[in-house]
Amino acid sequence: MELLEIKNLNKSFDNKEILKNININVSGGKIIGLLGKNGVGKTTLIKLINDLLTPTSGEILVNGKKVGVETKKVISYLPERTYLNKNMKVSEVIDYFKDFYDNFDENKAKKLLKDLDLDVNEHLSKMSKGMQEKVSLVLVMSRNADLYILDEPLGGVDPATRDYILDTILSNFNEKASVIISTHLIADIERILDEVIFIDKGEIVLQGDADKLRNKEKASIDEIFRRMFKC
Amino acid sequence: MELSFDNNIPIYIQLLEYMKIYLISGVFKCGEKLPSVRDFATTFKVNPNTMQKALAELESMDLIYTERTNGKYVTKDENLIAKLKDEYALTLAKSYFEGMRKIGLGKADSIKYLERIDN
Repeated sequence: MELLEIKNLNKSFDNKEILKNININVSGGKIIGLLGKNGVGKTTLIKLINDLLTPTSGEILVNGKKVGVETKKVISYLPERTYLNKNMKVSEVIDYFKDFYDNFDENKAKKLLKDLDLDVNEHLSKMSKGMQEKVSLVLVMSRNADLYILDEPLGGVDPATRDYILDTILSNFNEKASVIISTHLIADIERILDEVIFIDKGEIVLQGDADKLRNKEKASIDEIFRRMFKC
Repeated sequence: MELSFDNNIPIYIQLLEYMKIYLISGVFKCGEKLPSVRDFATTFKVNPNTMQKALAELESMDLIYTERTNGKYVTKDENLIAKLKDEYALTLAKSYFEGMRKIGLGKADSIKYLERIDN
């Protein structure tokens, strides 16, 4: 049984096709890059996996179960935009996560926050955008989930923090879990990816093992992406 | 030990090269126990699966071996490491002479240049 199985998935809004015939299988213990330009359907796909949107047709299974309440328990999702109440202190957000998720590891969260020099007594509203993004990521990575889905986790942070975030992802996913990272900042993350999925205009145009692709094309994933989507 | 990688070349191949140098230079000695895949991955800041692939390659070359429950060890065969060192040195020498040939210098001239370098 695959961790994530997407079969013949289609999604339309009004009469516009946003995703067309998507098929994806993800097994445990992998880091997968969901790569595409802006507005090609990455976030829509991610929302569908998180059961925040309903497919027009097709099926999404997580651990063999149709997405729903049960699968939300095992998916830890970092949305593109934060949903946290900015009037809360970091410590209050931690309590919030603790109440919400059985698999939230408070000690881990506190340790990671300390590593990043983030003060648990600070209000989110007093923090910079990058600091808020770090808090969100720490919370998401502190759940013992089967599938982590990170939508543009590197957007607003400086290169040094980017490295820390990549390390955090590497050292905090367990052998059974997988991580899906959506981004257009390919060069920054490609060295940690097992597999890549290229999406363009709602369709998967390339799917495969990152090192095999490098070997075949004699180029980096970033370069392969640029060649393929040259404007 | 933070390594730098060229994104144009498969990461596991680059890891394999780094590991060979560690074996040749004795960072990891004959018969010595190696860190776990996970520890390696954390230290080198790479994906554990990629690290595993590099180690599997080393194992297929008999440079390391797995003890069923204990983890991975460097081969006890010193000759294998000596052979690896010899091959590696030869590759380095070849690439030096190739570079010199490109600028029109033959072997004899190339050796003269080598001798001009103090240490």
